[in-house]
Amino acid sequence: MVWNVKVETRLKESILDPQGQAVEKGLDALGYKNVSDVHVGKYMELTIEEVEDKKELEKQLDEMCQRLLANPVIEDYSFQVEKGD
Amino acid sequence: MKFAVITFPGSNCDQDVLHVSQNVFNINTVMLWHNQVKNLEEYDCVILPGGFSYGDYLRSGAIARFSSIMEAVIDYANNGGLVMGICNGFQILLEAGLLPGAMKVNNSLKFVCKYTSVRIDNSDTAFTNACDEGEVFKIPVAHGEGNYYIDKEGLEELKNNKQIVMRYLNDEENPNGSVDNIAGICNKEKNVFGLMPHPERCSEKILGGSSGDGYKIFASIVETVETLLKGSDNNG
Repeated sequence: MVWNVKVETRLKESILDPQGQAVEKGLDALGYKNVSDVHVGKYMELTIEEVEDKKELEKQLDEMCQRLLANPVIEDYSFQVEKGD
Repeated sequence: MKFAVITFPGSNCDQDVLHVSQNVFNINTVMLWHNQVKNLEEYDCVILPGGFSYGDYLRSGAIARFSSIMEAVIDYANNGGLVMGICNGFQILLEAGLLPGAMKVNNSLKFVCKYTSVRIDNSDTAFTNACDEGEVFKIPVAHGEGNYYIDKEGLEELKNNKQIVMRYLNDEENPNGSVDNIAGICNKEKNVFGLMPHPERCSEKILGGSSGDGYKIFASIVETVETLLKGSDNNG
């Protein structure tokens, strides 16, 4: 089975996000006054093979996020998986 | 006495550290490539230098942390070996879990390269015992991700265990927005030390180290190792 995976990481809610704040100010300067709570994160795309079971795949993704893709001290992560061709 | 300096792909302060260790302190110093060595037992101190290991991709230090030599660094540290991480070296030690907390992008979002005033908050460590408590140093910083973060409980723990080794003098001197103006911390056991400022860039008078600023960090390590070596001589 081939899986297409999308992983997102972002700073935890409780942690000040200087990049998000800067982007928010930029949008404000452009006249978009109705925007708030801007957070800048990272987005990754992965292809994973040789896993049949979705639960197994999610377990592996959890592990990869905990160990490398995110820093659990300051970041939250989420992922979406779909079957590829 | 024998020191090791580890070079990761993208390290760029390794030669500066080598220069200070070898030419200023006359220490037998070996450069180690990141995948070269499995055992560090023969060294009295291991230094992870500054730079941009693996291009700082993903997060600073995140990929270097999985270089094969890091297993040896972790073993070495867990056995009480002296490990100092400067700048990117500090970031790698955080990613490796040898020190608590994490680095965020500087609050200014800018790479900051300048002299800052830092205060020695604990002179009772292997890395600061030649300094006076409260002594203020002028040390250069050069980083984009030095905004040290740790949660409230973690910060309390750092304070209770006297793990905060140096702080930026005040909010104005803090170049990155780090929690509690933290510039350098050690682990509970006090044998692993990470700091954002670059002592190797101000260890000679010609480079502005007139009060001995960066020099004293290296001098502390030398003093510590000399004491340890004397102790082991007497015992055996």
